[in-house]
Amino acid sequence: MKAGQRRSPGAYTGIPSWIYVVAAAGGLLVVLPLAAMVAKVNWAQFIPLVTSESSLTALGLSLRTSAASTLLCIVLGVPLALVLARGSFPGQRLLRSFVLLPLVLPPVVGGIALLYTFGRQGLLGRSLEVLGIQIAFSTAAVVLAQTFVALPFLVVSLEGTLRTAGGRYEAVAATLGARPGTVLRRVTLPLVLPGLASGAVLSFARSLGEFGATLTFAGSLQGVTRTLPLEIYLQRETDADAAVALSLVLVAVAVTVVAVSYRGPRRPPAGPFGSERRTTAVPARDRSVQ
Amino acid sequence: MTFRRLRIAALLAASTLLAAAVSGCAPGPSGNPAASGTPQRSGTLTVFAAASLKATFTRLAAEFENRNPGTTVTLSFAGSSDLATQISQGAPADVFASADTRNMARLSDAALIHGQAVNFATNVLEIAVPAGNPASISSFADLARPGVKVVVCASQVPCGAAAESAEREAGTVLKPVSEESSVADVLGKVVSGEADAGLVYATDVKGARGKVEGIPFPEAGKAVTTYPIAALEGSRNKELAAAFISLVAGSDGQKTLADAGFGAPPAEVRPSQ
Repeated sequence: MKAGQRRSPGAYTGIPSWIYVVAAAGGLLVVLPLAAMVAKVNWAQFIPLVTSESSLTALGLSLRTSAASTLLCIVLGVPLALVLARGSFPGQRLLRSFVLLPLVLPPVVGGIALLYTFGRQGLLGRSLEVLGIQIAFSTAAVVLAQTFVALPFLVVSLEGTLRTAGGRYEAVAATLGARPGTVLRRVTLPLVLPGLASGAVLSFARSLGEFGATLTFAGSLQGVTRTLPLEIYLQRETDADAAVALSLVLVAVAVTVVAVSYRGPRRPPAGPFGSERRTTAVPARDRSVQ
Repeated sequence: MTFRRLRIAALLAASTLLAAAVSGCAPGPSGNPAASGTPQRSGTLTVFAAASLKATFTRLAAEFENRNPGTTVTLSFAGSSDLATQISQGAPADVFASADTRNMARLSDAALIHGQAVNFATNVLEIAVPAGNPASISSFADLARPGVKVVVCASQVPCGAAAESAEREAGTVLKPVSEESSVADVLGKVVSGEADAGLVYATDVKGARGKVEGIPFPEAGKAVTTYPIAALEGSRNKELAAAFISLVAGSDGQKTLADAGFGAPPAEVRPSQ
């Protein structure tokens, strides 16, 4: 918390001027390649390229699967974040480490792991096949792959918000006779809604960009499993213009999503890491109490 | 004990040194087409080769280094179109070996090829099935049976184009469950048992060493893939590049390629060695 208190608005920052130069270089590293790609766009052909049947199908599939994955992330991620932030049980730290693992795993590793779980010969896949459920090569496989990589974004984001919000309001509600279910519904969730929203948006963005796990686990078939990143990867083989045009579409969607998530209500909710969030997301009156 | 071990280690080290010294001083093996004439070659050669050439070119590169002490061959394997794009964007390569003539033509049109490309191998499609052939596939027509999960390459990549012409030739319309962007992805789906069958190259079946079974089919003969190799205009060691190409196109290279399941190049453009 100390670091947060030092960063009150209008305070002396003390950043040496050369830091700005290096920071500018860092910014350029991200912006310059994007600018170079925009410069490569064949504008005359842009509309036909991005509205071709295969492109629209891929974009539609990407949006649908990402929405489904985000929903699944919320359903599974909110309880996980609650358990991690509020609960107390042996192996909690271990659980947190495992939940965060997809953040740092190469997506292709995630794909291989999913394959050996839900694939035909996999751990669960064999039983599922007996039940008549086949996941491999289906849109469900895409959603699973996306959820796998996107879940940590929601969990980390929400856990940070939960910790920042503290448990005092909940304690008060409980002393007034509210049952745990009521507290969760009426106090906790409304309190952390901004964090949940930004976590969901980040999960959506991550799902939209998912490539490696999908390619390894779900395959690539137009309208079924070929999402926009896979379509770009394939178009690049024959039609560089189409690949660039589609990349720009994906960049535009991503920029919109990030812009939406950072334009939080009143305060900018920080990135996916809870520790950063603590410094900004606490309402001022709460900070004085702490 | 430790003392004895040390002595053995020292002995081993000494003999290795001796062997290295002897082979370093000795002239290259006789009857070596690549090294004859100019025995003193040196430098680093960067070879960009199609992913399907990984096993053979790794072996041939080691052979090249053995025959030409002082040279180092650096290999980069990827999809042919990826490599062609990298080269046209200025990647420092000396030799390019493509899995199709189209990507070689792309570089040739852009004047990035030094001299003439040489066709050095061919490859045909085979049906790959998981070990045990669970779906009992025996012909190309079997792939169209309902319920059979077939994986092919997308038509944008060479193996997919070959699969399409095989389909036309057989008059069978496939309903693949996935159209992958590389033949390695197709093979992976078959090896893992996710797919009942996949269309891959004969060399992929051989390279999978028993993890998949290969079923040749006659229609594949109409969709033969030709592999060209060429030195690049941007190469700083064109003589070394030419020597490597001679090794690949020469009898030793051809034997290594044939062992891996590649077919002989089309006769009319075969280089006079």
